Amino acid sequence: MTQDLSQAHQHEHQAVPSDLALRVKALESLLVEKGLVDRAALDALVDAYEHKIGPRNGARVVARAWSDPAYLRRLLNDADAAISEMGFGGMQGEHMVVVENTAGVHNLVVCTLCSCYPWPVLGLPPVWYKSAPYRSRAVIDPRGVLREFGLQLSEEVEVRVWDSTAEVRYLVLPERPSGTEGWSDEALSALVTRDAMIGVAKISLPRVGSAA
Amino acid sequence: MITLSQPDSIDGTENITPAPSFPQDDGGPVFAEPWQAQAFALAVKLSEQGHFTWKEWTMALADELEKAANRGEPDDGSHYYEHWLAVLERLVADQGLSDPAAMLARKEAWADAYRHTPHGKPVELPTTIERHPAPSTKPQRREIV
Repeated sequence: MTQDLSQAHQHEHQAVPSDLALRVKALESLLVEKGLVDRAALDALVDAYEHKIGPRNGARVVARAWSDPAYLRRLLNDADAAISEMGFGGMQGEHMVVVENTAGVHNLVVCTLCSCYPWPVLGLPPVWYKSAPYRSRAVIDPRGVLREFGLQLSEEVEVRVWDSTAEVRYLVLPERPSGTEGWSDEALSALVTRDAMIGVAKISLPRVGSAA
Repeated sequence: MITLSQPDSIDGTENITPAPSFPQDDGGPVFAEPWQAQAFALAVKLSEQGHFTWKEWTMALADELEKAANRGEPDDGSHYYEHWLAVLERLVADQGLSDPAAMLARKEAWADAYRHTPHGKPVELPTTIERHPAPSTKPQRREIV
């Protein structure tokens, strides 16, 4: 990074970061100094969550479950094992449960207390998942919440709400859209969205037929 | 697609009962600011190393979120990492990994370092703040900024 110092710039010194940023810097430098954390490991972790761990992982799990009935059974019976088969695991991925959407049942995931979320398959939760209104209303009025996400469910469909905790985290297995028979796992996984795996959306085919 | 951030777009019949809205997103960045990423990583690493279990972490975080709600603070998720940081500081102190006075002193030292570092130079922290409270003019240690 180079700064053009010849520019007529008023302040000669660096802008002081926000109070929050300074508090984190203080903590980090104290803990690094004591050898309690390693700065390179911190950077690697952040990099992984920014670039590698995200809903594409979950989408691959869903696509395989759609196309491989034996895998689907393993996923529903022992999600931890089936997900680690795909190479995903780690923090907040222990004790996962996969809940399957069907024509008659729609599943919705929330964490009413804080923000528990299946990190290895979905990455970190979106802001709305952590907001107080979602955390409280998903339980009280799931159909209303779904409507606000643009999902109008028929009254015949049963809505099941799953409250994630530090012990159990849920992943919704969305319904496979019709018209995708014979598609490759890769093409299928491209259809799968994060919101569908939280349960606030369904999966539909893109209007223009650009499958893969 | 109906979004809650634009309540006017919701059909009137759906909107009879006013309910607190939650923000929607379009899959934006994982962390809104770098400090959030650092705070996130610190908590995960300290837990991995056994300083607290993840269950202890989530319980402490839930407690913090509830307190904020009881104080009447609007919670649309945008202050989430502020609560996260408060919990982190609390657990670090509870576990005896550091203490509030040291954290405050270090924070002020960083602010001072920024104020006294010219543009374009890496911000450095005097080495000996923690262990030798007296001001020191010893060689400085570089910090990544």
